Amino acid sequence: MNDLDSVADVLAAGCLLVGALLCLTAGLGLVRFPDVLSRMHAGTKPQVLGVLLVMTGAAIRLHGWSATWMLLLVGAFQLVTAPVSAHMVSRIAHRRRHVRRDLLLVDELGGEPLTPPPDRLSGDQPADAH
Amino acid sequence: MTVVAALAYALLGGGALLALVRLALGPSLLDRVVATDTLLVVIACGLAVYAALERNPTVVPVLVVVSLLAFVGSVSIARYVGGMLLRSEDDTQAGGTAADRRPGGAR
Repeated sequence: MNDLDSVADVLAAGCLLVGALLCLTAGLGLVRFPDVLSRMHAGTKPQVLGVLLVMTGAAIRLHGWSATWMLLLVGAFQLVTAPVSAHMVSRIAHRRRHVRRDLLLVDELGGEPLTPPPDRLSGDQPADAH
Repeated sequence: MTVVAALAYALLGGGALLALVRLALGPSLLDRVVATDTLLVVIACGLAVYAALERNPTVVPVLVVVSLLAFVGSVSIARYVGGMLLRSEDDTQAGGTAADRRPGGAR
């Protein structure tokens, strides 16, 4: 193994370790944070930066263009789809009142009263509604 | 490289375990959606770490499938929960206003 290979290996190992560390922080934030929006904030850390770092490390380690193109495809796909799914989940969470409204500083969507009048309560209000 | 492998697998395993804890505890459905999404991302990262450390590109197509599956799963469950919300609004206003409303159009 010549010198260039060892440098590339060290770089790839650093990328892989930082990506794995981001996955661990996502798990910690998922367990410790109080509501859906903050858990989403923690849980989507590895979705873009972690995946891109790990894909970069794997593309450095793997030789051959087909694997590199496929890893690039995975990274680009994460970049496109992570905002879409996060937007949909957070919008539904806001509408279903899974958001801790006492922790929000600004609620730009909150034009409606916090507790619905009793005739609008239906059976599927969640147990932790605020 | 052995130390790097052990450390990376330990970090990924810890992250996956904590995501599983939230998946089991999560008080609402959307918490479980977020936890499942994170768990699939951790699985994809683990496959990529395996492929990188072993120089074994055979699991790379599986990686594409897993990342597609995470997106489709979370979006479809979010659509499902939103559909429950729309139907409940139609049920509570089942007098005259819901009859002429286009189904699924209140968005």
